[in-house]
Amino acid sequence: MPHLHDDKLKELELKAVQIRESIIEMLLAAGSGHTAGPLGMADIFTALYFHILKHDPANPDWAERDRLILSNGHIVPVRYAAMAHAGYFPVDELKTLRKLGSRLQGHPERERLPGLETTSGPLGSGLGQAAGIAYAARLDQAKFHTFCVMSDGEHEEGNLWESIMFVGKYQLSNLTAIIDRNNIQIDGMTEKVMPLESLHRKYGAFNWHVMEVDGHNMQEFCEAVDEAKAIYERPTVIIAHTIPGKGIPEIEFDYKWHGMPPNQEQAKKFLHELRTLQGKIESEHQ
Amino acid sequence: MFNPAAKLATNLSDKSKLESKATRDGYGLGLIKAGEQDERVMALSADLTESTRALAFAEKFPERFIQVGIAEQNLVTIASGLANYGKIPFISSYAAFSPGRNYEQIRTTVCINNVPVKIAGHHAGISVGPDGATHQMLEDIALMRALPNMVVIVPCDAVEAEKATLAAAGNNVPTYLRFSREKSPVFTTAETPFEIGRALVLRRGKDVSLVGCGPLLYEALLAAEELSKAGIECEVINSHTVKPLDKNAIIESVKKTKAVVSIEEHQIAGGLGSAIAECLAENYPVPQEFVGMKDRFGESGTAAELIEKFGLNSNGIKTAVKKVITRK
Repeated sequence: MPHLHDDKLKELELKAVQIRESIIEMLLAAGSGHTAGPLGMADIFTALYFHILKHDPANPDWAERDRLILSNGHIVPVRYAAMAHAGYFPVDELKTLRKLGSRLQGHPERERLPGLETTSGPLGSGLGQAAGIAYAARLDQAKFHTFCVMSDGEHEEGNLWESIMFVGKYQLSNLTAIIDRNNIQIDGMTEKVMPLESLHRKYGAFNWHVMEVDGHNMQEFCEAVDEAKAIYERPTVIIAHTIPGKGIPEIEFDYKWHGMPPNQEQAKKFLHELRTLQGKIESEHQ
Repeated sequence: MFNPAAKLATNLSDKSKLESKATRDGYGLGLIKAGEQDERVMALSADLTESTRALAFAEKFPERFIQVGIAEQNLVTIASGLANYGKIPFISSYAAFSPGRNYEQIRTTVCINNVPVKIAGHHAGISVGPDGATHQMLEDIALMRALPNMVVIVPCDAVEAEKATLAAAGNNVPTYLRFSREKSPVFTTAETPFEIGRALVLRRGKDVSLVGCGPLLYEALLAAEELSKAGIECEVINSHTVKPLDKNAIIESVKKTKAVVSIEEHQIAGGLGSAIAECLAENYPVPQEFVGMKDRFGESGTAAELIEKFGLNSNGIKTAVKKVITRK
């Protein structure tokens, strides 16, 4: 039994295209920032904000909301875009990204924008914070779930392995980690810069439940989250295989787009490609 | 003369008549009290539970104690998450490791996040003694006071340490508390006023202001007593809160004395003396001498030997006072 009905799936896939468009538009306006990572995570953030998370954009401090911790803060444009489309703030405000006085800082700051849970950017410290929240929630028997989105490259940080060990020890089953396994980092391919594999076996050895999914298949991702929530004995990590720059062929798989924004001409072309993608999704679900 | 409002211990100048207790012991007591008063208070340890005096809390409130293992970066990030949720976590380790090793996590996940994590830096200063330079943290005040949103408190004895711990539990902001391993004279009392950000005049004088923090303040009081016999009257100020500095108290004192000596068990660079110099340079410049570590690391030895060797005892303070007077 598939998790999502076809209508819902179509709605989510179309929403993901809108979010990709917003990412291109905001990065063009900002003139700096990361392109590949946010595009690669557009499907997962769409699934989170429009299907999985228990949240209320009108009441971002709602005590029972699920907590979404973004550890790799540099992909925050995807979160900002998802939040704007979900109704946390006007979509127009996305164009203030990285500008003086904006609530949308280059890397997310908890105190600047309601709905962000933590400040991040320096890598490797999101899981520890997520674990602290999940630990406190369990102590107080609070019912929400804590999610932590991480990059693959940040698994080179020692702090992160300290936290993986901690979550394994305390069996924080109310926490689900999601790894954006896109295989790139600033200096090149992760396996060349500093090999990470086997992430699956490493997490398993630290006493986590491990799942691997196609990070662009909403159906598969949502089912994995359901499984993660159903497992009461162990914390879960979902290794989501993603394509950096997904949705725009020129950017896909190219690590040079990790930290580069599009120029005017490129943005125009990319937005055109995304509209083509939108048409394709609509016809597929007819 | 001593300031009666400070309600200090009697027989102050006779060390043998004062109780001797480490400031870390005051932390342990304060932590228990804080836990009793507020159930949001939690304690975390990185494998140094007994020596940082978090053990009694761990035994009394096991469900509110978290062992994170030898992992100071995780110690901070877990605490950040707890505080973000609404807890009041105290993290105990040696200052050399926390904030020594986990500075960036403190900067980002505590200070920019602006969540009320309480960082207890133990075994700070040269008085750690035989462990040697690696464990004698002498740069922590500089690291912590440079951070926006962070409060920095250095208690002068065990009684003040207990009050500081309790006060930190209730101030709702990121706070660094600095504690010593070595026993030192308890010269304040339960009645001695303590308020974060409010310096306390311990002794009144007109010739030189001695502004210090931590257990070395007792050496300052001894120096002041001896100098008084030579006709030099020192005003001794306990600036337990290094940040926010009680600027008014310091400016008022130096307006009278026209000279200041800063005293701390810390590098001269970036510590309390630097904070005082920044304040006075802007508001009321006067000659200043700095009693502290002069850009070097410590070494093994007893606490008393090291305090003497590096010129941090009453003799070192007296020398600094005499020198600053010649510069007036």
